[in-house]
Amino acid sequence: MSRLPESNFAPVFCTSLIMKKHHSIRRTTVLPGFGMSAAITSLVITTMVIIPLAVLVLRAASLGPEGFLAAAWTPRARAAYAVSLGASALAALISSVLGLLVAWVLVRINFPGRRLLDALVDVPLALPTAVAGLVYSTLYVKRGWLGQLLVPMGIHVAYSRLGIVLVLVFVSLPFAIRVVQPVLESLERDTEEAARILGASRTQTFLRVVFPAIFPAVLTGFAMALARALGEYGSVVFISGNMPFKTEIAPVLIVSRLEEFAYTEATAIAVVLLGISLAILFVVNGLQQCVARNAQ
Amino acid sequence: MPHPASNTAHAGTLLGRLLIAAAVATVGFIIVVPLASVFFEAFAEGPAAWWNALAHDPDTRHAIWLTLTVAPVAVAVNTVFGIAAAWLVARFRFPGRSLLITLFDVPFSVSPVVAGLALVLIFGRQGLLGPTVEWLGVKVIFAWPGLVLATTFVTLPLVVRELIPVMEAIGPDEELAAVSLGASGWQVFTRITLPNIRWALLHGMVLANARAMGEFGAVYVVSGHIAGATDTMPLRVEKLFQEYRTPASMSVASVLAGLALVTLLAKTVIERQIEMESRELELARSLIDTLDDTRTGGDGL
Repeated sequence: MSRLPESNFAPVFCTSLIMKKHHSIRRTTVLPGFGMSAAITSLVITTMVIIPLAVLVLRAASLGPEGFLAAAWTPRARAAYAVSLGASALAALISSVLGLLVAWVLVRINFPGRRLLDALVDVPLALPTAVAGLVYSTLYVKRGWLGQLLVPMGIHVAYSRLGIVLVLVFVSLPFAIRVVQPVLESLERDTEEAARILGASRTQTFLRVVFPAIFPAVLTGFAMALARALGEYGSVVFISGNMPFKTEIAPVLIVSRLEEFAYTEATAIAVVLLGISLAILFVVNGLQQCVARNAQ
Repeated sequence: MPHPASNTAHAGTLLGRLLIAAAVATVGFIIVVPLASVFFEAFAEGPAAWWNALAHDPDTRHAIWLTLTVAPVAVAVNTVFGIAAAWLVARFRFPGRSLLITLFDVPFSVSPVVAGLALVLIFGRQGLLGPTVEWLGVKVIFAWPGLVLATTFVTLPLVVRELIPVMEAIGPDEELAAVSLGASGWQVFTRITLPNIRWALLHGMVLANARAMGEFGAVYVVSGHIAGATDTMPLRVEKLFQEYRTPASMSVASVLAGLALVTLLAKTVIERQIEMESRELELARSLIDTLDDTRTGGDGL
């Protein structure tokens, strides 16, 4: 089973603020390689992460506040943010609920084929998003396997917001599952068993004992699913039809602007998207510390 | 790996069966049916048509070749970076270390399109380094180097995030012992560190490769989407789809899907290996502890 590694920025940062006594350059150590590893790491991080993002922000900042707002807050951009945020939030919610269900079944119930199910959960992580988009689109158009059933019922998945949500659930489901799964596994059963012995029903036990214990993990899963869904591009372009004001997500708008050589506008929108993404990154890191502390 | 469920009574109960059915339906509907349909649609007109779509279309051939040359380079760069960064972060303490660790995560949270746009702003015609690059006669955007840069960005965290926990868990003792016995830096690395981290390293490389081959958004922006020149396999899938050549698109997609399944298989095998080795390590450690206790009479003196 795969685990998503965590970053431990938040607690270490806060702890070091509180305990800020000495500043040592490095712990005295005889281990070799500090120079070379520091050089390689700084070179790559600077050229590949810091400079590109700085260029983005600076280019957007060069617009000045009015210019930036004029570029990033057009009606079409506002519609794109709404579609992006709305679809991602809904997809993340669905992924969290379904993810909890699947994680529960994988951890608590033994049945033939459980290992296969566990391995299948990782498929969206390995599958190219373009393939996912192609397949979902083909499945749900009028003549697709599932479209044949759904379109007559009036359910249009292709070229609609429903399709966007569905495809975002596909890409974000593994995140929701893999965050909750280890927490469920390491959950101590004593409190649960005590509750059952004292007469609590299964529902009561779940709502009052289990769920509060795993809630931080579920919340983290939601945040990670949200972050994943917000940035998604490849699968959505196939299924949404990319109609401005209706099914156009923010990344699609950015590309559309780029293709019209409206670099400034594209940059402004990208910076807004970047700001939201980084904010979620920090929230996720903070939440992961809650999870780590609770699991001990 | 999932632990054997302790509440096995559940599987026999109605609630248990309902939950299993719901979970299977969820994964089946969202993941399995779409995945299966790729292969069905790709081979719908027979294996000959599938092969034709792949081998007899020069643009598709080029796309396959491009993916196979871009992805390994990105994985190689990120492997070197991953090892260096993990060594730095796991073995040393310095101001800014926590910030650095967070920076490793940035490519995960940034939308690939934003990453591609940033590269265009740097290397594009009107970009920061645009004139410089043009003067040098090198094409970055709309060419192979740009694809490599974009793919390297999005796969950056994958190796380093695998290695840091492993290196921290193993600890520097063996390496310190080697240094005290006179080993050079390179010897420490090749004889001690690398064997210890090899499975985690492989795991990271497999994930990075899958991501690199499948990357769409960042490459789309940077490549200019020029068929036969800068279209990787995922972009080829999209172009064929736009041209209403869905069967051909499915054929290319099926190759990518097959690669994804191979990736998952490799990943599972590696994870089993890691688990086996960590169990052996635990066993060895507890044996040593027991022997220690016996030797010293059980009170550590």
